[in-house]
This record gives sequence, C-alpha cells and structure tokens, in this order.
Amino acid sequence: MEFGGPDRLDLSALYADSEVGQMLAALDSELVGLIPVKRRIREITAYLFVTRARQMMGLATGTPTLHMAFTGNPGTGKTTLALRMAAILHGLGFIRRNHVISVTRDDLVGQYIGHTAPKTKEVLKKAMGGVLFIDEAYYLHRPENERDYGQESIEILLQVMENQRDDLVVILAGYKDRIDQFFKSNPGFRSRIAHHIDFPDFSDDELVAITCKMLDEAQYRFSPPALELLRRYVAARRQQPNFANARSMRNAFDRMRLRQSLRLFETPGLMDRAALTTIEAADLRASRVLTGLDGSQQEDDGGNHDTEEAA
Amino acid sequence: MRVTQGAFSFLPDLTDQQITAQVQYCLDHGWAVNLEFTDDPHPRNTYWEMWGLPMFDLADAAGVMAELAACRKLHGDLYIRLSAFDSTAGWESVRLSFIVNRPAEEPGFRLDRAEQSGRRIAYTTRAYATDRPEGSRYGA
Repeated sequence: MEFGGPDRLDLSALYADSEVGQMLAALDSELVGLIPVKRRIREITAYLFVTRARQMMGLATGTPTLHMAFTGNPGTGKTTLALRMAAILHGLGFIRRNHVISVTRDDLVGQYIGHTAPKTKEVLKKAMGGVLFIDEAYYLHRPENERDYGQESIEILLQVMENQRDDLVVILAGYKDRIDQFFKSNPGFRSRIAHHIDFPDFSDDELVAITCKMLDEAQYRFSPPALELLRRYVAARRQQPNFANARSMRNAFDRMRLRQSLRLFETPGLMDRAALTTIEAADLRASRVLTGLDGSQQEDDGGNHDTEEAA
Repeated sequence: MRVTQGAFSFLPDLTDQQITAQVQYCLDHGWAVNLEFTDDPHPRNTYWEMWGLPMFDLADAAGVMAELAACRKLHGDLYIRLSAFDSTAGWESVRLSFIVNRPAEEPGFRLDRAEQSGRRIAYTTRAYATDRPEGSRYGA
C-alpha cells in the first residue's frame, strides 16, 4: 500500500521543533497544582501530536474532536487554562488563530423571538478559527421554562460544533454537578465533547504558593511574619461562604495592597524600595477574615454569588 | 455576456479557497466584510440587497465563508458581491469589492437608441434580464 510522506518521523525532534514543548513546560512551571488537569492536557497534546505525525505519514486521520468541558469550583483556573489551551492548539496547528472568545448566556441568548439565532451566529462568527469559551454553560438550558430561547442557541451551537469542527473549538466551563445535569438533559452536547476535564480545589499550600506568585508578578513580597499569617488566612478564608480558590486570593491581595498603601501614606518620613514592595503582617491582620475569627463578622458585600467575598 | 464589476472580474471566477484568502486579507487589515446580492446587473445599480449586517470584529474568514455559503444556498442563481469597508479615519470607504457568485447564464445588455429633437440620439443600456419581473429573472 502506498502512503506517501516520509517513512520515519522522530517524534521527539518534531516536539522539540514546535513551540508546544515550551508551552507545556511553561504550563507546568507557571500554574501551581492542578496535577490531574496537567496530566490530561499532556495526554491530549500527545494525542494531537501523534495525529499530526500520522497526517505527515499519510495515514488515515479524521479531524479529531477537540471540544472540551472544564468542570470545577470557581477560581480553580478554568479560564486561565482555556487561554493556554488555545495557544497549545494553535501551536499544533489545529486552530488557525490564537484567540479565545469568552462568552456567557447573555452573549448567546436573545431577549425576544428571532433575536437568539443572529446573536449566537454573530458570536460563533467572531470565534471562528479559534476557541469559543462558554462560561457557566448550563445557564443556556432552563428546564423550568420550556419556551426559553436557550434551547435555540444550543441547537445552533451543536450544529456548528458538528459541521465546522476544523474551524472552531468549543470549551464549556462550570460547576461539576450543574454541568453534569446540563449534559443529562442535552445528551447531544455530551457526545460531541471529547474531553471532560475536572479541576480539583487548591490545597492550602497551593493557595499560598499562588498568592506568592501573584505578589511576585506585581513586584511585591511578604515579610516573613506576613507569610506566616497568610497560612492562617487561607485556612480561615476557606471556611467562609463564597470561597473561590485563587480568585479569593487575588481579591485578598488587592485589599492587602490597599491597606499597605494607606499605611505607607500615613507614615511620615522617607520611603525606601523595600518599604514600597513589602506587605507586612499588619496589612493582613486587619482583614475581616482574621479579625472575625473570634467574633461573628459578616461579609460586607456578600450576596452576589459570582463576584463573591470580602476580606 | 459576462458582467465585469469590481476587482478580479476579468479573471476566471475565484475558487472558494481564493475567496477565503481575499477575505482573510481584508480581515487582517481590520476591514468589515459585507455580502450583498442582486438580480439587476445594470452597472448603475449601486445599492444591492444586503445579506445580513456587515461583519465587524471578525478574526477568521471561516465566519464570512459560512455566511457566503448560506447566501448562495438561497440566492445561488443571482449575483453576490463581497465588499470590504475600511473605517479608519481618512479612508472611511470600501477598499475592496468583487463578485463571488453569478448566474449560470448572463444574457447581457441591449443598447437602446432614442431619437430626440434635431436628430440627436440618446443612448441607454438595458439588461435583458430585467425584462422579466424581479425574482424571476435568472432561472428561478
């Protein structure tokens, strides 16, 4: 049988040539934790790589189905990973453009009859060639209202996911139980998604590491007592409602910065570089999460479930 | 008689692959691509029917090509034109426009002469296709 193409391929050389190796290495080093997720990404990458090699050898390959579902609690890195995924898929040549269009129900579903289809198509057209990231995808389906326009949007999505597989990769994201429920009522969706990736919660140590990384990137650092206090903070914050993993940490960091600025502002005298970059224990201790440990302090902006939290 | 309007009209019809490349060129320059169709091929017929809204903020030609496929499905026997609008200050006009679909048969134009006072002759062209009412001009 005649296959055409080369007889032998050096996969590792091919891998080294592409940017994908570097991207995966960066993924490993820059993202803290998420061990099972990283393993799945590696598997998918390897599979795509072998598919590429098979194509070069002239062996039979279909376009692999690349649609994915990311499930996990808020702040576990789903969006971050979607952005990386676009870069990896682009590096492997499975999508033409390295872009992610991030949408929610509002962007897809219209307000009145006949409004939904053009709206969904508009979004799909913008996402063509890259990745369409649908956050909280289960809101598309409203089982309590059978006339909800979400269903129309789902049908258009399914059609494009099936017919234009080489033009678009769709990534759904959301809480695990609700996504599962969503798939149960829309079996078509489940069968068109090849990769289901579950994002575990971060451990306390991982959250501390993530916070340190955020500080590092913003050119701040913790003083040793502050770092010690941060460990207590993480453990305490986890017990509070609306805990959103790394996102809570980012918000906490923003507040620490505010307190640090105020402290410096009110301190007379000259500032040096160290003072400007150091977060002291005092900046953290003022947090409600820690002061509220003994009393029963309430969240000050609680109530909004998605934007969450105070500290 | 082959209608020659817009760019590339003296070349053989572009293949889908070539159209995709042209569209991608437009999108890479940030131009908004628009589809229009008509069954009146007269050169003075400037305003064609729009197929949806102009497509702003696209990154990849696949979206335009999907719309073109949908437009061809419905109006495959008519003229379809693709135009790219540049909105940057100073340009604010169509930068590229070419025909991407034409009827299988193009009957061409008739030259009409009208005698006027003093033996003057006024000339006008008329598309044979427009002899029939709109909607039934090409095959359909």
